[in-house]
Amino acid sequence: MSVNQETVLEHARLKQRPNWFKFDMRAYTMIGALMSIWILFSLLHDRFLSPTNLSNLFLQMSVTSILAIGMVLVIVAGQIDLSIGSIVGFTGGITAMLNVWYEWSTVPVILATLGAGAAIGFVQGWIIAYRAVPAFIVTLGGMLIFRGALFGTTGSVTIAPLTPSLKSIGQSYIGDVIGWVFGIIGLIVAGLLIIRKRRARAKFGFEVEPFAVSMLRLGVIGALIIGFVYLMNSYKGIPVPFVMVIVLALVFTFISRNTTFGRHIYAIGGNPEAARLSGINIKRRILLVFVLCNTLAAVAALVLTARLNAATMSAGQNYELDAIAACVIGGTSLMGGTGTIAGAIIGSLVMASLDNGMSLMNLESFWQYIVKGGILVLAVYLDIYSRQKKKA
Amino acid sequence: MNSRMLPPLLIDEVANPMTAALEMRNITKRFPGVTALDNVTFTVKKGEVHALCGENGAGKSTLMKVLSGLYPHGSYEGQIVIDGEEKKFHQIKDAEQAGVAIIYQELALAKDLSVGENLFLGKVPAKWGIINWEQVFHESGHWLREVGLVDVNPEQETGTLGIGKQQQIEIAKALSKNANLLILDEPTAALTEQEVEILLNILQDFKKRGVTCIYISHKLNEVFAIADTVTVLRDGQTIGTYPIGELTEDKVISLMVGRELKERFPRMPSNPGEVVLRVSDYSVINPNQPSKKVIDSFSFDVRRGEILGIAGLMGAGRTELVMSLFGAYAGKSQGKVEIDGKPVKLSDTRAAIREGLALVSEDRKKYGLVLGMDIKSNVSMASLSSIAPGGVINHYKEAVSGNHYLSSLRIKANSVETVVGTLSGGNQQKVVLGKWLMTNPKVLILDEPTRGIDVGAKFEIYNIMNELVSQGVAIIMISSELPELLGMSHRIMVIAEGKQTGMFQAEEATQELIMAAATGGNRI
Repeated sequence: MSVNQETVLEHARLKQRPNWFKFDMRAYTMIGALMSIWILFSLLHDRFLSPTNLSNLFLQMSVTSILAIGMVLVIVAGQIDLSIGSIVGFTGGITAMLNVWYEWSTVPVILATLGAGAAIGFVQGWIIAYRAVPAFIVTLGGMLIFRGALFGTTGSVTIAPLTPSLKSIGQSYIGDVIGWVFGIIGLIVAGLLIIRKRRARAKFGFEVEPFAVSMLRLGVIGALIIGFVYLMNSYKGIPVPFVMVIVLALVFTFISRNTTFGRHIYAIGGNPEAARLSGINIKRRILLVFVLCNTLAAVAALVLTARLNAATMSAGQNYELDAIAACVIGGTSLMGGTGTIAGAIIGSLVMASLDNGMSLMNLESFWQYIVKGGILVLAVYLDIYSRQKKKA
Repeated sequence: MNSRMLPPLLIDEVANPMTAALEMRNITKRFPGVTALDNVTFTVKKGEVHALCGENGAGKSTLMKVLSGLYPHGSYEGQIVIDGEEKKFHQIKDAEQAGVAIIYQELALAKDLSVGENLFLGKVPAKWGIINWEQVFHESGHWLREVGLVDVNPEQETGTLGIGKQQQIEIAKALSKNANLLILDEPTAALTEQEVEILLNILQDFKKRGVTCIYISHKLNEVFAIADTVTVLRDGQTIGTYPIGELTEDKVISLMVGRELKERFPRMPSNPGEVVLRVSDYSVINPNQPSKKVIDSFSFDVRRGEILGIAGLMGAGRTELVMSLFGAYAGKSQGKVEIDGKPVKLSDTRAAIREGLALVSEDRKKYGLVLGMDIKSNVSMASLSSIAPGGVINHYKEAVSGNHYLSSLRIKANSVETVVGTLSGGNQQKVVLGKWLMTNPKVLILDEPTRGIDVGAKFEIYNIMNELVSQGVAIIMISSELPELLGMSHRIMVIAEGKQTGMFQAEEATQELIMAAATGGNRI
């Protein structure tokens, strides 16, 4: 009887034609939410969609995005990191101290800052992975320790101003022409990748999406790229921090999808027992995840310190919560095992849009906390609700 | 207070054999695709110790779950009659109120709480939410004495007591709930011989006082020491109920295994090559009780092109043995392991995989698969580095190997991009097999490879095993299904309570011989 049943099931499965437009409901929901937030703010304030403000918005989202990229890896591996906000503060303090007080030049300052982030990640990751202390506790401790370290090392004073070349990391824009060159290169690469993927899928006997769908996909990507470059160029050009976000997002998307390390962290988050029995070195992988996450926090610290042109005592406060919220809104499951870099970027765009729009409307800051908190809970509620419906 | 006392000895009830404490009439319980209980009738007389015997999977636990209300009324067919009154249990609480108390193999005590708190868990005497501790500890003392725990202080932390005493506390807890029908499911699995003796004495004492007991155990010597009546289940059916005087251990075993061996197993003729894996004087320490060994000085070998079957009852140590060999068991091991004549140290799974071991575990969802990932990612998981030069995955090679196992193992799925969580049990098992075949193992260990799989998929898995054997792979197969072991293995090793109790050639092995060795035989 069950053999029969299986054959029937198999027939049903084979008959089912894939629907190429239904590729990812979650992605649509997320983009839909972003669009409605944008439409709402543009109705409430006429300057929200102006090139000046959007340029600001992308600049503002950069720090959260960089943090969220690292946080995705941590959460996918089934861990959490509450310390990155304080690491941003502390490593930003190191950046400013070395540059302002000790007059180090830009490159050594950058290397020292990144090195500090990596070292912190190594220590935290080692305690979590090799000493089996829960990540929640280790990084909660780290949150206090590194905030305290910032106060102690800087003597609780704001350190400013930075040298111009260091400042440019956070404050400069790339010129019109270079912006267009980047945009066109991006478009060509996207086209080549789509063609390569189609060929490869055909070669290995997978279903290939209809040509028209590929073209439509490329059209949408092209429109986004051209629109973005045009918009940015009508103000000052693409902000350098946002270029960093794009580069880091591409690099980490590659890591998460195409490397053994990336595959391993998804497996560890998805089923740690199965990962262990498959011979995956869980401890070493978790250690590396924290090193990467905290190094990215140091990158974010460089951007933030350069943009503010100063290291302040409150720099980075609560940023870990923004980053976690961005990941979760972007579809990363706190249970581990699922999540994408692209989703986290869109999530941080949602968070930054809320911040930006509400500041633009001169809403008092308490509203910003309440609204952001509400949106986070709502996003997760909708996600869990839709999953339950799918199961039933 | 009085109502909590043990029921007094009622002479006429004990004297009258017609008085049934429990009647389960025509119980049928179906799961999707399986009939776990088929018209089972089970009658327990008042004041007797009634043993329930059967192989793993015969339906004993299912029957007890029906009785204890875990499977609510309506999810099965048939009637439950207690003291002449039909009962419909919708939840466990209903059964408890009717006086049915079940004590499971795994103890359900909160180890950090005091003995007294555990006894009164869920029914602490309190007024306006404030606990009356004096009453808790005073009454605890009474129930502890009932089960012979005179020297235990009710304020003591439960975790500091030995397993045997914790078992007695479970029984005291059941009594304190007014239980007059006590069910003990494999109560002695974790006990030492001395503790077993204490437990049996307590039960003898209860019997004199008219408490009815259902005793489930694989250990026939205990059954014969304590039981008045034995009911044997096989394949979800009642084989019969017999007074203990009419039975011998051999008789019970043959009633338990009873069925004829059908030609369902495509065994290859034995053609063993040289020894691949040799294990000498191998022991594994219990990680929770360092004084106990879960595996005690094993010595065996496996040859190329041979299937070594491992038989034993649940909890005998079969899984612990193979998990330990694979470097995946928490307890430390002692002894020598050689692969191809070379001594190896298998300290973790990576080392084991490198030396050519592969383990298909008994719980594929917990240990075998990442259910949210697709087939090709699961298949490549244990050998990812071989298709990822420089740490970058070659997706094409991955797809090719995925497709290879999809077709060679005949996995029924749309493509290698199908998420494994959506596959049927048999197909999931084949994905796990594919994962380990991709590592090119010398020794493939299969722990319950056909559990929860339909007959057609089972046959396919047997064929895959045969093909591997003909390619010179050595296979170790653990199975609770004796016909499968007898039908597929070339040699069968039997484990009972962490000890090696038998090694049979396929030709000389019978179900009775294996069962006798697995139940400890007359060894104790």
